[in-house]
Amino acid sequence: MTDITILQQYKKPRLNQRHKTLIYFIFAVVLLLCIAISGSLMGEIAITTRSDAKNLLPSMAHPFGTDWLGRDMLARTLKGLSISIVIGILASVISAILAGILGVLAASFGKKTDAVIEFLINVVLGIPHLLLLLLISYALGKGMFGVVIAVAVSHWPMLARVIRGEVLAIKEAPYVKIAKKLGQHNLKIARKHMLPHIFPQFLVGFILLFPHAVLHEAALTFLGFGLKPEQPGIGIILSESMKYLSLGMWWLAVFPGLALLSTVLLFDLMGSSLRSLIDPHSANK
Amino acid sequence: MKTGHAVAVYLVKILVKLLLVLLAVSIICFVLISVSPVDPIRMYVGEVGMRNIQPETLAKLESYFGLDTPLTIRYFNWLSDFVRGDMGTSLIYRQPVIDVIGVRFVNSFALMLTAWLFSGILGFFLGVIAGIRRGRLTDKLVKGYSLLLASTPTFWLALVMLMVFAVWLKWFPIGLSVPIGVDASKVTIFDTLHHLFLPALTLSVIGVANIALHTREKMIDVMAEDYVLYAKARGKSTFSILRHHGIRNVILPAITLQFASIGEIFGGSVLVEQVFSYPGLGQAAVNAGLSGDSPLLLGIAVISAALVFSGNFIANALYGIIDPRIRRGLKND
Amino acid sequence: MSQKELLKVENLSVSFTGYERGFRQIDLQVIENLNVTVKKGEMVAVVGASGSGKSLLAHTLLGILPPNSTACGNIYFEGELLNAQKINQLRGKEIAFVPQSVTYLDPLKKVGSQVRKDKKVIESYRKQQELFSFYDLPAKTDNLYPFELSGGMARRVFLSAAMMETPKLIVADEPTPGLHLEAAKNSLKHFREFADKGGGVLLITHDIELALEVSDRIAVFYAGTTVEEAFASDFQSENLLRHPYTKALWRALPQNGFAPTPGVQPYVKDKPQGCVYAPRCSVYSSKCNSKIPMQTIRNGSVLCACAK
Repeated sequence: MTDITILQQYKKPRLNQRHKTLIYFIFAVVLLLCIAISGSLMGEIAITTRSDAKNLLPSMAHPFGTDWLGRDMLARTLKGLSISIVIGILASVISAILAGILGVLAASFGKKTDAVIEFLINVVLGIPHLLLLLLISYALGKGMFGVVIAVAVSHWPMLARVIRGEVLAIKEAPYVKIAKKLGQHNLKIARKHMLPHIFPQFLVGFILLFPHAVLHEAALTFLGFGLKPEQPGIGIILSESMKYLSLGMWWLAVFPGLALLSTVLLFDLMGSSLRSLIDPHSANK
Repeated sequence: MKTGHAVAVYLVKILVKLLLVLLAVSIICFVLISVSPVDPIRMYVGEVGMRNIQPETLAKLESYFGLDTPLTIRYFNWLSDFVRGDMGTSLIYRQPVIDVIGVRFVNSFALMLTAWLFSGILGFFLGVIAGIRRGRLTDKLVKGYSLLLASTPTFWLALVMLMVFAVWLKWFPIGLSVPIGVDASKVTIFDTLHHLFLPALTLSVIGVANIALHTREKMIDVMAEDYVLYAKARGKSTFSILRHHGIRNVILPAITLQFASIGEIFGGSVLVEQVFSYPGLGQAAVNAGLSGDSPLLLGIAVISAALVFSGNFIANALYGIIDPRIRRGLKND
Repeated sequence: MSQKELLKVENLSVSFTGYERGFRQIDLQVIENLNVTVKKGEMVAVVGASGSGKSLLAHTLLGILPPNSTACGNIYFEGELLNAQKINQLRGKEIAFVPQSVTYLDPLKKVGSQVRKDKKVIESYRKQQELFSFYDLPAKTDNLYPFELSGGMARRVFLSAAMMETPKLIVADEPTPGLHLEAAKNSLKHFREFADKGGGVLLITHDIELALEVSDRIAVFYAGTTVEEAFASDFQSENLLRHPYTKALWRALPQNGFAPTPGVQPYVKDKPQGCVYAPRCSVYSSKCNSKIPMQTIRNGSVLCACAK
């Protein structure tokens, strides 16, 4: 047997890519759960003021330091994050449901409905996002309700487009056409053939709405339009920290901000790893 | 000649479509502001004034703000004033809204344009490099940077920048686009740039992420296209392929994206202006919203929508003019 | 090795790494132990159904396989053993590629500059104009965008592009689909002319009828392997052919009765152990389950345990 020349060799990754993705996904979910749960348990500590522990630099006892009232910043941050996560989930759920309904409507009820919904999408995207948020919360009065609705009604367009595209694509799929020819009821086709295909896309879209929802909630609150000061969302903590920046109290802004950044990143990781598990094609990117 | 005609038809179609969107946006803004629990009269005369107000004055004010007319009529009145350049009077600045917007627009425009250009060019460049060197270290760095920045709250990055460069290093002023106590006429270009730098840098650093990620994906797609394979099979070098096929096919989507993301940059500028106390449209919008200055908020909302509109129009128009499939394809229909 | 041999492909295998549903990473062996030879002045057609891995042969010869693939095998060009680097040096110069569809042209660039490989020297312009008129392309073709080309024009543009340098071997991947019979024949005629002038042509096609009209030899592909290399003249009679699959192909030709063969080509993942054709073979016996050696019969080669 003569030698064989190797013309091209694909180097396999050491770790199975999909196992790695699964590990990422689990990691993100567990960490987020920890943040949410520990935050909701922090209620007492987060509002405990201690006159003997004001303005402390980060230390072993207070990893994130303390603020001008002696409150532990780690506890406040966790509490703030858990509030933001709850709002984010609430807003994303509403937004995703809106997106699902409008996306399916656009794809199923003919050209006119499609055009109307596309117009609606363009209108929502026609105002700078943050300004729309600001306007809606202005219209609804500030506070939790305003933020949730504002974030919910401004985030659906992208996912609606995705869902619309998916439904349109499946409607053209041979197995759906065959089912139709066989005289299967539309509802049955939708339930048996379309739902199993669209639901995973919907789920991923929903999770990927999260990071945006959390970021925008924080931004809105930071600007003073969102949560009230008595609901110490992460945006409130950061906007309060601004007053103390020139005094050199950097830890008031740095750690809560980093924590917010990590939360957003974790949600993003959760969504994108789930997507690549569901849709292997995108995993190769 | 015929091609020119086809492009014109295409442009007019888009223009009409986008103008309709803009009109709808203005209606929505108007309605949102009108249903707000914020009472413009209370905002105008203040709490004390409200207690001592004469019924006839109140009636006069109500008709001034149009509260006694139905919403639709009010909208059309507002619209007809708006197209003539009258956006009402700002309640907090006690000046015509158009004047407030005029001054602040210039400031915001300088900020946004700088960030837009800088993030666009840098993001495109990084995206192209990452796309070609997919899976290598450069790619991982660019991708990591972009994903990280995409998750970074803009206002927090602004806070960190402010802390590092203004509070600690004292390289830049903490706020305002011009030094306090200096006559506006004596403000030099240098002062303006000095105050513009940090906000623009923050906005650019954030803006890079989106364009870099998109360009990277597009570049990866293009490098797997048949025509790139063919060019390789004909012995072209990677550099030549990049120069003659890669950039050409990636730049149009990138420019389009950048034009279409003006809304994002505007949103970013609202946050950044707030942190740096930079007197632009965003800061005015926040002030207007917080103190119930409905005319100003409405004016800014519509102007910002017009900005988004222009971006979208340019993006679409570019496709029509640059892509031969649209330009020449139109000839046939 | 004979001096006349221009290209010799020995034991070529190509595999892809991918993921199945779930977490298992798998290697798909798409081409296995493929052999084919092209002599100077000869036109060899590689025929086989779609999915048999024909196009990958072309992509291997030009070094444009996708990144998640692995390829190994001995490829000799004018007697010299090639490696990846040498393929990169030869492609576009001594080995020219004629791709299958207009998607191989950049949609945003005019045809002319693509044919000239963006060279801006008078020499290139002159040569390109010569070739365009030689292949009956109107002068304005230069200024057209790819989407404005007809199928036939696109083929001739690719031919012109191949001839811009002076290649010794042309690898043509499915150059006829979508063309009228006349245009297809015309297109193949140009390849024939190139071979008659001493060049070599490796024509990859699924259209056995057209291939028989112009080619000297036919390599029959089945499930990633060459099952037979025969002379075009062998197709005059079923008895001259060696492999049962080739015979089945012959019987499926319109002039020989249009007889379809039952069954389908096995999917790469579930290829049988021994002979790849065994499940569909009419003369299947237990011999077919072990490894089959390549045999030479009547100057052609065949991969079959019972070929005569």
